Amino acid sequence: MSYKAKFKVWRGEGGEGRLEDFTVEVNEGEVVLDIIHRLQATQAPDLAVRWNCKAGKCGSCSMEINGKPRLGCMTRMSTFEEDETITVTPMRTFPVIKDLVTDVSFNYEKARQIPSFTPPADVRPGEYRMQQVDVERSQEFRKCIECFMCNNVCHVIRDHEENKPAFAGPRFLMRIAELDMHPYDVADRQEAAQEEHGLGYCNITKCCTEVCPEHIKITDNALIPMKERVVDRKYDPLVWLGNKIFRRPKS
Amino acid sequence: MENTLNIERHEYDVVVIGAGGAGLRAAIEARQQGKRTAIVCKSLFGKAHTVMAEGGAAAAMGNVNSEDNWMVHFRDTMRGGKFLNNWRMAELHAKEAPDRVWELEAWGALFDRTKDGKISQRNFGGHEYPRLAHVGDRTGLELIRTLQQRVVALQQEDHETHGDYEAYIKVFAECTVTRLLKDGERISGAFGYWRETGNLIVFDAPAVVLATGGIGKSYVVTSNSWEYTGDGHALALLAGANLINMEFIQFHPTGMVWPPSVRGILVTESVRGDGGVLRNSDGERFMFKYIPEVFRDKYATTEDEADRWYTDQANNRRPPELLPRDEVARAINSEVKAGRGSPQGGVFLDVSSRLPAEEIKRRLPSMHHQFKELADVDITAEPMQVGPTCHYIMGGVEVDADTAAAAVPGLFAAGEVSGGMHGSNRLGGNSLSDLLVFGRRAGAGAAAYIDGLAARPKVSPQLVEEARAEALAPLERSGENPYEVHQELQRTMNELVGIIRKAEEVGEALEVIEKLKERVRLVGAAGSRIYNPGWHLALDLRNMILVSECVARAALLREESRGGHTRDDFPSMEPEWRRKLLICLTPDGSSITVKEQEQPSMRPDLLALFDTEELKKYLTDEELAELDGIAKS
Repeated sequence: MSYKAKFKVWRGEGGEGRLEDFTVEVNEGEVVLDIIHRLQATQAPDLAVRWNCKAGKCGSCSMEINGKPRLGCMTRMSTFEEDETITVTPMRTFPVIKDLVTDVSFNYEKARQIPSFTPPADVRPGEYRMQQVDVERSQEFRKCIECFMCNNVCHVIRDHEENKPAFAGPRFLMRIAELDMHPYDVADRQEAAQEEHGLGYCNITKCCTEVCPEHIKITDNALIPMKERVVDRKYDPLVWLGNKIFRRPKS
Repeated sequence: MENTLNIERHEYDVVVIGAGGAGLRAAIEARQQGKRTAIVCKSLFGKAHTVMAEGGAAAAMGNVNSEDNWMVHFRDTMRGGKFLNNWRMAELHAKEAPDRVWELEAWGALFDRTKDGKISQRNFGGHEYPRLAHVGDRTGLELIRTLQQRVVALQQEDHETHGDYEAYIKVFAECTVTRLLKDGERISGAFGYWRETGNLIVFDAPAVVLATGGIGKSYVVTSNSWEYTGDGHALALLAGANLINMEFIQFHPTGMVWPPSVRGILVTESVRGDGGVLRNSDGERFMFKYIPEVFRDKYATTEDEADRWYTDQANNRRPPELLPRDEVARAINSEVKAGRGSPQGGVFLDVSSRLPAEEIKRRLPSMHHQFKELADVDITAEPMQVGPTCHYIMGGVEVDADTAAAAVPGLFAAGEVSGGMHGSNRLGGNSLSDLLVFGRRAGAGAAAYIDGLAARPKVSPQLVEEARAEALAPLERSGENPYEVHQELQRTMNELVGIIRKAEEVGEALEVIEKLKERVRLVGAAGSRIYNPGWHLALDLRNMILVSECVARAALLREESRGGHTRDDFPSMEPEWRRKLLICLTPDGSSITVKEQEQPSMRPDLLALFDTEELKKYLTDEELAELDGIAKS
């Protein structure tokens, strides 16, 4: 059944903005993104929002709904009371371009700093042989739709601009774990995870896991195992000695 | 504010428009061949519609059934397209798809595995053997992420060598191209705007690869995202290229029907490939009633045989739920029209009674998630309700099969925006492989074209000025809200040029389109140039109207039913029409004319892959006589 809902939507550009009030029709089965679209079509044609697939598969419509990071397309209106005012704001960790659209270039820069998949030189395409059980660990992380809500919610950078240069965020620490667990990846990633990408900043509060729309266990399955791998290596006396003796100079 | 002289300007060898599978694969190839390459994408990098592909990429690797090979794949593709396909494209596609899939693995893709550690392959509609390389039901995401990460890997190489990540390949994200630029007959660049700032941008480049996907946003019920506004189709038309097969639109048989706000969102064919069945409100497994004559000997006629096929494919025929998509979509449409639909206006798709709950969650995780979150339906416990949704356009830019070159020198097209490969109907799984095979060929074609150029074509200041005026016009008018015009276009196409067509209805649609053209000239966009969706839609409308007119005009002319074109008033498939392609072009930049062109005959060695009995269903007597002559000589 249709009803009128109260919305507060953050509007603004160029570093300034405010919450604007709207009263808008809601129909059965609709999600928050539908309501934003209805606002565009009927009241605010220039209201900026990112979206693509509207099915929770592309990770474009990340926003904060009543203060919680959510995908607009996967947040059903039926989860709110009809008389509840719903507040929609842009992701807080990234600079606002306009309204609900933020500048997420931070994430693309971090992606570029992680060395790519490095297979052994002598395996040709078509020759890869892997067991399902061995690919499943990395496959979980490859479900990531890059909505960047884990990076948005992570307290290391959410209110700490100064940590951004030294911290890749859960998304890209998980990418390192994904590659480290790839059966054919031969690159050495563990030291860099700690030294260059800020794995040590993570103190496993699991906020990232909580907001992940793909339900990836980012902390338990990627970040903690990665921390263990780093620690094993750092404090294993044999590995330590080997590193001291055989370590090749960086090319 | 910029004028023609101070617009931001970039020089590249190749500009790829679109960053889905085809665009990224084209860009990777152009860069690997040493060309400076720009990737222009309407959204953020990695969000293109390819992420929505679920089932897999068809490639005859023979990992699950060693009987499979390119010839079987070729035959399936031609059958699926009802022999209207560009056979050379179908041949190249079938031959090269395995290499393209294996290459992804070397770039980091992690496909599901067989027991012996190879890439697993699944069954899909119209494919004789299990053929689709897949990752659960999120194969498109894996494909786009792998290609995106390959682009990054190349950028890292360039950073090592040149100290600049973007020395040879740069992504222009949230940037929309509104015009192609030409120097005489040749492509010389492209013109567009940044969404983020509204600033204009000019690309100076001798080669442009179109990889913009489809046109679904001209319809109300569609599985396509907002980007699918026919941009590449329209850019090609306006640059003087031809579109072919525009009357053929694939309505995917299984889209969600409820809740209304998600109507049209795709339910993957893998549900049926993995055992799901379609039932009407009487509980009848109705697809057995809809096996068409041409496929009569290839599909099971009883439920027992169909069910045995999942475990013993050598001795049983396939279940009719796995007929090509056009057949299944029409069948569902008929059941609903006959009053045997589900409460929410679709039919039932049930996998809950066919597989254990855990198995469903493992094989179809995103379907489980999607229904749970969006419709409150647990697909392991109850059936889904599904109905046809506008999914894919077989028609597109007419290209040379080997180089992906369009008729305009310097223009190339790959993926959904190109036409011919899939004939009148595309098989599921043939899209992801198409992107890879022809994306690579388009990148290579563009590189070879540039190498053969004597002089670099020049960007004409006058064309830039015209493009500038056109792009800014909606901001300078206080006209009608573009959303209203868009909604009327969508309703019109859905109701009058949808899955079943009639001459008078299509004629009516053309009248509406004429009126909408006038309204599009007057729409206004309030607000600033910064990330202004009303303005963006006003510009996209030009493209949607152009392609909608192509679809409607071609649909009116083709007086037969074949694949993704069903005429209520001409229900049978006519061999004479198989020899004819309908070509759309726009001489004046606003109205569409259609002409007939003869389909070239298939090469004899490819014809020899089919039984004469089967060919009789498709070819004219004249063609069969010729064939007889060849056989005897």
